[in-house]
Formats: sequence, structure tokens, C-alpha cells
Amino acid sequence: MSGPDPLDPATLEQAGTGALAAFAAARSLPELAVTRTEHLGDRSPVALARRAIAGLPGPQKAEAGKRVHALAQSSQAAYEARKVELERQRDERVLAEEAVDVTVLPERPDGARHPLTTISERVADVFVAMGWELAEGPEVEHEWFNFDALNFGGDHPAREMQDTLFVEPAGSGLVLRTHTSPVQVRSMLDRELPVHVVCPGRVYRADALDATHSPVFAQVEGLCVDEGITMAHLRGTLDHLATAVFGEGLRTRIRPNYFPFTEPSAELDLQCFACRGASAGSGAEPCRVCASEGWIEWGGCGMVHPAVLVACGIDPERYSGFAFGMGLERTLMFRHGIESIRDFYEGDSRFTLSLRSEA
Amino acid sequence: MRVPISWLRTLVPGLTACADEIAARLVRAGLEVEQVHRVGQDVRGVVVAEVLDVQDLTGFAKPIRFCHVSVGQRTHEVVCGATNFAAGDRVAFARPGAVLPGGVDIATRRTYGHTSDGMICSGAELGLTSDAAGILVLPASAPLGGDVVDLLAMRDEVLDIAVTPDRGYQLSVRGVAREAATAFGLALRDPGLEPAAAPSPDGFPVRVEDPELCSRYVARIVYGLDPLARSPLELQRRLTLSGMRSISLAVDVTNAVLLELGQPLHAFDLDALSGAIVVRTARTGERLRTLDGVDRELSEQDLLITDGSGPIALAGVMGGGPTEVTSATTALLIESAHFAPRSVARTARRHRLPSEASRRYERGVDPALAGAAAERAVQLLVELGGATAGPVSDVDGRRPRPALRLPVTAPGRLAGRDYPADVVRRRLQDVGCHVTGAEVLDVVPPPWRPDLAGAADLIEEVVRLEGYDTIPVVLPSAPAGRGLTTQQRLRRTASRSLAAAGLVEVVTPPFVGDEVLASLGGAMTCPRLVNPLSAEESLLRPTLLASLAAAVVRNVSRGITDVALYESGCVFIGSGQSAPSPGVDGPPTAEQRAALDAALPSQPRHVGVAFAGDRASWDAPLSVLVALGRELGLDLDVRAAAADPYHPGRAGELLLDGQRVGLAGELHPRVVAALGLPARTCAGEANLDVLVEAAARRGPPQAVPLSPFPPAAVDVALVVAREVPAAEVEAALRAGAGPLLEGLRLFDVYTGPQVGEGRRSLAYALRLRAPDRTLTDVEVLSTRDAAVAEAARRTGARLRA
Repeated sequence: MSGPDPLDPATLEQAGTGALAAFAAARSLPELAVTRTEHLGDRSPVALARRAIAGLPGPQKAEAGKRVHALAQSSQAAYEARKVELERQRDERVLAEEAVDVTVLPERPDGARHPLTTISERVADVFVAMGWELAEGPEVEHEWFNFDALNFGGDHPAREMQDTLFVEPAGSGLVLRTHTSPVQVRSMLDRELPVHVVCPGRVYRADALDATHSPVFAQVEGLCVDEGITMAHLRGTLDHLATAVFGEGLRTRIRPNYFPFTEPSAELDLQCFACRGASAGSGAEPCRVCASEGWIEWGGCGMVHPAVLVACGIDPERYSGFAFGMGLERTLMFRHGIESIRDFYEGDSRFTLSLRSEA
Repeated sequence: MRVPISWLRTLVPGLTACADEIAARLVRAGLEVEQVHRVGQDVRGVVVAEVLDVQDLTGFAKPIRFCHVSVGQRTHEVVCGATNFAAGDRVAFARPGAVLPGGVDIATRRTYGHTSDGMICSGAELGLTSDAAGILVLPASAPLGGDVVDLLAMRDEVLDIAVTPDRGYQLSVRGVAREAATAFGLALRDPGLEPAAAPSPDGFPVRVEDPELCSRYVARIVYGLDPLARSPLELQRRLTLSGMRSISLAVDVTNAVLLELGQPLHAFDLDALSGAIVVRTARTGERLRTLDGVDRELSEQDLLITDGSGPIALAGVMGGGPTEVTSATTALLIESAHFAPRSVARTARRHRLPSEASRRYERGVDPALAGAAAERAVQLLVELGGATAGPVSDVDGRRPRPALRLPVTAPGRLAGRDYPADVVRRRLQDVGCHVTGAEVLDVVPPPWRPDLAGAADLIEEVVRLEGYDTIPVVLPSAPAGRGLTTQQRLRRTASRSLAAAGLVEVVTPPFVGDEVLASLGGAMTCPRLVNPLSAEESLLRPTLLASLAAAVVRNVSRGITDVALYESGCVFIGSGQSAPSPGVDGPPTAEQRAALDAALPSQPRHVGVAFAGDRASWDAPLSVLVALGRELGLDLDVRAAAADPYHPGRAGELLLDGQRVGLAGELHPRVVAALGLPARTCAGEANLDVLVEAAARRGPPQAVPLSPFPPAAVDVALVVAREVPAAEVEAALRAGAGPLLEGLRLFDVYTGPQVGEGRRSLAYALRLRAPDRTLTDVEVLSTRDAAVAEAARRTGARLRA
């Protein structure tokens, strides 16, 4: 056997020092791998020493073994520690390299539902939650449903050309419905009593399009017919709807008015949601939304006229009902500060996108 | 209806509340007070002046005068364009610094070569009269330097009231005064109840041929009217504030009575009448030149006033030219009549002649008023025009109104609160009803309330006068509901699916023009409007594409480059039919109902999509509609289709179980050009009703078993003739692979020399899985082979080498 004694304590000592230094000096995982082969591999001093132990006489074996084992352990520990450190460094570097600008997002096409769609659903949902049902009907409607059954006399001005769009053949009795009330008539004819329906839909008038008029607009109406229905129930329902659409604490007000299909009839005002009525009266802060009236006109309502009940086959001696209706554009214009009714019908995608949130 | 508060106060003597308070109480009672106009409030510095001298200036195109006026302590020189005054007259003079109605500032200025140190005012400039030609000459008693605003009581407020069609009585100061008196609990001085002179046998001969259309006709004769007599300032002021012009004393008096009482009067020139007055409907071919100078052909339904010469007035609408009161008239016949609302309404509309009279007759005039109104007019003409009252005729065909029966508890039952019996009675009496009975009231409504026709109308009067604000607020409880129907929920799903796919919803008017429809091609019939808003858009759309195309064009024109729109809306197909209206005494019979429904055109709800600009891509509309179908639980097949208005090689039909439910693809370049769309605009449309119904019929989706065993992946590349649609190859692979096929995806399409001319290679990834075992290699290969064999059989496909 030639060369230095692998079990020489000084040699071992030196090998241990060398290993620790080499591992500490390794600057990368590949370098560390090379160093590991050198200091812990098959031909490393530790391996040689282990093999040399076998040739020692018995009594010396234990002590040499202990010494070699200590060397191996310390070297291995130094290696492991360095490896963990280098891996940590590598991971850190990789993650740093992988960093991106999270503000650069791939463009995803924007879609949105129209505010008239979402408000219709919102209002319908308020009523559906109370146990009402959603009723629908045709837009080209027969005058019997649109006028006759609703107690419009034959000479009512609404039946004139300047108000109503008539459908050919002329004199056929077909019109573009002027309100969603024909759906109420259909509901009363087709459903079992009691009737609780909400009817959103598109309606038409012979008005040219400008900032406040449109030949087509959206309405929602509600109808409740049962025994013992009163105006108090009408007021309760309207207050509930106002709160659901515009927020807690807003009240409604009804003022006497005239509609052929209700008696008593009323105009429906909503407490101004901007000033909450505080702007009314002299000296108060003026309000732009309600022109300092404290109230804004929202729709019409009343108790279903007995003649309407009769035309729908309901005994007015036994049953009573209330009905109400409001323009959805107007509702949205208040809610979102929309200035022109044109915006609803021009199809400008910016309009829909800006009002997409259902909040 | 414009009601000066000062006029109102004359009929409600105790009314001291301010105009705003009056307006608020009237609103609470249901009158629609749209505005309270304040007049004379802003006028300052207008004083009584005496004209000292007048010098007519020459050399100008119109008469111009240079005058000196005195306001007491000092004199002013002033230029004036009116000529109806002389030295010594007292006039309304606006000093420099004065403010006229509407905030017009008066200052010293140089004009017509002279200094004008103020302005002599006309009645119109002061907002008092409608006379702008001459200046206002004041009585000699007016104190020099006195404030004209005070002197003429120019400060007033005017209520502007929108009158609903059922409340004709509110088209009079009398009617509004009644509401005000009730609202404040005050007494009304009702000029409609003043006694009138009784008819006499020497009255002007009057015959009413149709008492149904004319229930009352009072004719009063007035002689010896001074044709030069002018309306006093106060009368002119009232008319002006009420929105009328002062014309002549005779006309002003009839107008003042119309405004105060609501009774339209017509004054005929007595000397122009020949023979008896006959009230009758027109005969074929009769004509009348009305006051507005139009020669009108009359309808046999027009109710006329005639004399020996033929028609002299359209009853309740407008008088005729030949019998018109002129500046020379000294003898009058004043008509104070009651005409049937419906007849007047029809005539006014037929001749497009709405008038102050017709507005009132249409809404119902108090038939009891005819005598008192005529009396009032005669008195004014006697008093102001030096006239003499002549004999009276009164053809009275009125019938007593039957009493209405009202259970005294009915108002409370409908309102949801109690009204004591005495309150119910008192409120009905407030509106003028005669009330008797206890438990059940017998109520005779007053003659000025034709709208009170049933118990419900009486209930409204009680409830409104007690205040709608006193009605409690109670939320009714509906029976448990079933929520939205399946169809309603699915429609919402469809809308959400398109928005989620990046499309923006639009809502467009359904009116389209023939030209647009023609350019979209296809033989579509749809309903036409009788009275469209625009002749260019007189059809109701049979397709959403017409409206969507317009919306695309608008977006592009506004600089939006990535347009992807959708609409869910009705289309109108076919044409409507005539169907008679059933009565309203009860529900329509089943046959009547069926006829009504059958008369309507078909109105299915469609969904339409359009992609343009950066978003234009032939496949986009097809994919979003297929995806929409999937959201509804439906597998829509796509098949190439050449159909208007699409590109023949870049469009497909959407099939549901083999039936076409929609079309989509790139629009035909010809259509794109015709509609002014950006090149390559793509669109699609499907019948949402059909999809939703099919989905609803299909019922709830059933769960698939989730196999715990691993899938096997196998790819096949098939070469087919180029014209073979991938969908057919895919269908064949699916059929051939059988139930083990879990998924299939086309991942590569190759054309080129390796597969040969006219052919292409379609590469599919198949994923196989069994529910109960791990598939063996043999099973995987035999499944693949079966799939390929079926593709070969159906489409001639062969495995790519």
C-alpha cells in the first residue's frame, strides 16, 4: 500500500477542513455536485478511510470508525446545508426572473346586458319574491285588450292616430300596445283568482324620438286582484317597490289623477332619492334631481275600475284590485343620471357598458 | 287652464291663503297644478305720466312721435311709435332704470335723432293686455307719478292647471274655485247659480232636431251695442292672464264667461241671420266657411247650427264667417247651449279644429249653466257696451239624472280605512251631490260632473277630498308563488350567455323600411303600420338584423372599432287579420277570444348577434349561438347554408334535431355595401322561443356517471375530400366509436401536397373511457378502428399515412 495513510488523524482532519471549505465555496448547484463527488464520493478521503478501516485490527476499528464517521457526518451536514442554501438562492432567482407586469392583462372582450333588461329583472324579482308571478303578452295587440276591456270609450283620444300606432290592415283593430295593461287583461282572463302579476314589457306611442320621448319605451305594471284588496295595499306595495329599487326609507306619495281603467286613480310620486325631500320648502338647499320639489313623478296607479273587472269576467261586488305602472327609462334616468331617453334606443355600446353593474 | 288667483278670490271671498298654499291644497285634492306663474312681481319704475306735447317726426318709414311727459316733479322727453294718444292723456311711463315684465331694462337712449328718456308702455309691454299696437291710455283720474303696478293691480299669480279628461268642470274659474273652497272649508260664491231671465214667446225661433246631441239651447238677443265700446282694462287683464287675446267687447265678454263659468258662448251677428235657428246634423254636400277662413266640406255626422241660409256654425266647435260679429255689429244673438261630448269631439277631430269651446264640450259642460251664462254675458254687454237685453229662447231637453246608490261603508272598504258616515255625506255634498239615505246613500251628482257615473266615482271623491295621504300603508300578502317559469329563467340564461361571451346588448326600435328589408333579401312578409312615424320606416321588423345593422353603423360612426352586439326581442312575421271587438259587458266567449288571438301576427322572440370591425369573424356568430344553445342544454348542429343575407360560402344554419332554428355567418358583401356596414360584418339570428321551448321540454339534465378509471387518448388523422364538412366526419367518428368515446376534439386541419389536391387532413384527439374498467390496448385500438371505419364509410375518409 502506498501513499499517505487515509486514516491518519491529520489527514482526516485536513480532509474534513477541505470538505467544509469546498462546500462553502460552491457557488451553484452543479458546482456543489462536483464538490460532493470530490468530498463525499466513492474516491473521496472519507470513502477511502471507510474502506481502510476494514484492514485495521479489531481493537483499533472502533476508534477509527468513530473518527471517520464524525468526519462523514460533518461533511454531509455541510453539504446538505449548502445545498439547501443554493436551492433557496436558485428558487429566488427563478421566481424573480419569472416576475411579470400584472397590470398588463390580455384583452378580454367586454360584454354587458342592457340596463332595461336588468331593471326589468330587478323589479320582477322584487315581486316574485313576494309570491307574484311574471306575466307577458304580445306587442302587436288587439284594441279589445289594449283599450276596450280597459274602459277606454270609443272616442277616447288615446285611440287617435296621433297617439297610437295602428297596424294594417287599417281598421282591423290591431295596434302596437300603448301600455302593458293588456297583459293585465289577459292575466285576469286566463288565471285563477287571486291574481298577483307583474308585467314588464315594451310599449309604443306615436311620439318622435327626442330627449324625453320615444316611440318605444319600457314599462312595468303590477296587478293584484283578490277579495278585500284596498288602496292601503296599493300604498304598501308601492312603498315596498320604491325601497327595493331605490333604497331604504324612501316613501311614495299618491295624488288623485285620472285613468280610464282605474277608479280611484292616482299619480305616483317617489320621494326624491337625491335630497330625500329635504330640498322642498323655501330656504332649503336646492336639488337638481327633483327641481326642489322633494318628489319626482314616477308613474300611475289606482284601484281597478269595476268595468275592467266585468270585462274580464270578475265580479266587482266580490273582488277588488289595484294596478300600477311606471316607465323603466324614467326609473333608470333617476337612478343613473341618464339625461336623454334616446340613449336607451340608439344602441351605442358605450351606454350599455357604462351601466352594466347591477349594483 | 290658467286661473288668475285674483279671479279665483272673487268666487271664494274668504280665500286669503297665498298662491303656493292654494296650489298645494289643490294638488292634494287631485288638481294637476303644473306651475304658479307670478306676474308683475318684477316690474319696477313704471309710473303715471301726463303727455305734455306731441311732435310727429317725419322722414321715417313708420309714424314716430317725440313727446314730453310729466311725472309730477320733472319732465322727460321720449320717442314713441304709437299714435293712439294725445297731449293731456295720462299714460304708463317707464322711467330710465325701470324694469318691465320678463326683466326688460329701460334706459335713456338715442333713437330717431332724439334722446328717449324712458318709454311709454303698451298694455302688452306691461303684460296686461294683448294690445301691442297702441299704448295704454290711463283714466284721467290716475295720480301723476303714481306706481302703475299698484294702480292696475298688476301683481298677480296665475295657476297653470293640467285638466284630466274626466274633469271638464275644472276648465273654469268656477270649477277650480269650488275645489279651492272645499280644500279650505270656505263658502263658494257660485255665479252659475245666479238667476237668469225667463224665456218668452217672442224669443228668437229655435228648433232642435236632435235632442240627443243638443240637450239645451238658450238664445239671447242683445240690441243697441255700441260697436266702439272697448273692454275695460280689468277684463282685458283677466283675459290676458288667462292666455287669451282681447278682440272686441262682444268677443271678450263671451270669452270671459267661458273662462269664468266654463260655458262656451257663441255670438252671431243678428242682422246676418235669416229665419229660425235649427240645430241638426249636416246633409250630404253641405259646406261651411268657418271663422278661420277655411271652406269645409261637412260630414253627415257633424252637428250644425243652421238658419234659413244653411249651416252657420259647427256646433260647439267654431262659428261660420258670414254670421261673424264684426266691428259694425250692434245686434247679437248669443248662443249658450249644451252639445253631446262625443259629437263635438268627433267633429273637432274630423276637421282638426280643437277650440276653447270644443275642449270644454268634449269633457262635458254643465247643462244647467246655459241660462246663467247667457244672462251674465247679456248683463256685461248692457253694462259695458250700452246694449239693451232682448227676448230669451230656451229649448230645454234635459232629462233628470238617476240617483247612484252607494253603501256608506263602501269608500272605507276600498280605501282600507274608516270614514264616518257624516264625512262621506259631507264630502259628496262638497262636490255638489244631492245625498239622501242612511246605510245606502242615494246620490244625485251635480250637473257639472258627468264623470260621476258609478259608485266607484263617488268613492274616489270621498277618498281624494279626505286625502290620499290619510290612507294607511299595508303590504298585501300574495299566495305562495312558483317563481319564474322555466321559459322565463331560460331566457335570462340566454341573455347572460351572450353578455358573458363578450357581446353588448342593445334595445332597438322595431321599425324598418322596405329598402332595408329588400337589401336583406329573402321573401319576408311582416306587418305594416297604418300611421308610421316616418314613411321610410313603416314596417315592423321580421328580423332583428335590420335593427342590429343600424346599431352597428351607429357604433362605427361614433368611432367604436370593436363592435359585438346582441339583441333579444320580438320580430313580427306575416300579417294581422281583422277581428271585431267583443263587448265589454262580460268576458269574451271562447270563440271571440280565439278570433282575437288569431288576428295577431306571429311575434316570436328572436336573439340576434352582430360582429364588426376588430370583432368581425365569420365563425363568431355561429360559435356564440352554439354556445348559447349549450347553455340551454341543447346541442345545435351547424350545416353550411347559402341563404340571404349571408355570404354563400361563409354561413351556416343552426339545426336542432334537424330543424333549422337559426342562421349565422358573414354577411353577403352586397348586403354589407347596401347597409353601409364595415367590410366583413358578421351576424346571426336564432328563434329564442323555439330554443327555450325545446330546452323546457327536455326537462332537467341528467347526471353522467363519473368513471373512476383512467382515460385512454388516441389521435387519428383522416384525409377527406375538401368539401366534406368536418361536422360530418366528427359525427361519423362519434357514431363509430360508440359509448366508450368520452370526448373528441379537432386539433389540426392540414391541406397541402402531402394529402393531395382537393383533399384535406383532419386530425382528431379521441378520449376514451369505460365506466367500469381500465381499457386495454386492444379495446382502445378496436374502438379507434371502428370510428375510422365509420368515417370511411360515411365520408370516404382514410387514415393519413
